[in-house]
Amino acid sequence: MIMGEQKPLEVILGMLAPYDKIVLAGCHGCVTVCRAGGAKEVEILASSLRLAREAEGRPLEIKEVTLERQCDPEYLEPMRPYLEDYQAVLSIACGAGIQFVAEKYTSTVVLPGLDTTFIGVTEKQGLWVERCQACGDCVLHLTGGICPVARCSKSLFNGPCGGTTTDGRCEVDKEIPCGWMMIIERLRSLNQLENYRKNLPMKSWKTSRDGGPRRIAREDLME
Amino acid sequence: MILKAFEKGADGVMVVGCLEGDCHYLSGNLRARARVGRVADVLDTIGMGGERVAMYNLSAGEGNKFALFATEMVDKIRSLGPSPVNVARKSRKQAPAQEEK
Repeated sequence: MIMGEQKPLEVILGMLAPYDKIVLAGCHGCVTVCRAGGAKEVEILASSLRLAREAEGRPLEIKEVTLERQCDPEYLEPMRPYLEDYQAVLSIACGAGIQFVAEKYTSTVVLPGLDTTFIGVTEKQGLWVERCQACGDCVLHLTGGICPVARCSKSLFNGPCGGTTTDGRCEVDKEIPCGWMMIIERLRSLNQLENYRKNLPMKSWKTSRDGGPRRIAREDLME
Repeated sequence: MILKAFEKGADGVMVVGCLEGDCHYLSGNLRARARVGRVADVLDTIGMGGERVAMYNLSAGEGNKFALFATEMVDKIRSLGPSPVNVARKSRKQAPAQEEK
């Protein structure tokens, strides 16, 4: 899922300083699962903002809404009827959702309540860790299902480097397990160590961010 | 829910859970304590004061202890005075009355 983290309350309050009437929009997608921008977080953030502003003597009116997804145009429509009555939208969806709200409602001020952080998994309750950098050219079939781009701190394609500790940690941060150590262990357990003996060719980053915003066009699905 | 209580005018909120290690929902009371801590952080950030919320643990048979905790909490909140939100609300209510004079 796409991970996000709420911006510090002081920062959000700073962004909202010019406004007295806003829509606070959550998303039922990824940010609900990572407990950063779902219906519950809308409720908590709205209460926090209202209390802060009331204490300042400048009450803030907030319309709370959580959309099915903010990254699909049809789910943004329900906001249309009342949006004109508000001065701004504070969105706590991921960066894609926030931008899509701004694209859809061109005359509305749209503010980000979240920082979008990474594509990751829930390792355990309350702990999310990055797994994919969306490089656009997956090599997981060669590396035992462990990504050298996302899991190696240096995104090496032929690792490990000399910075691996004897207990298999990364020199960048001892909390991080060495991605290549994990790849080798995994390949060994799968009897696929021959994959490790092959030198992986230099990675082409053409499919990654090189060349500007990426797009996928599926003619068979287009109307 | 705790923040809603403050919005509705509470000057302080005490959350009471069952004894640690003795929760019907296993770790429910431990998680509640962590969440009360998070609410306290929010209250600190917005200038309300995190000490206005507190978590207590006791069993259903400890009526005296409950009374003791409740008195302790009420005394603490009395010494803190009304929450900044209630102070602001009161002064807003008084402001138009003063203008009329």
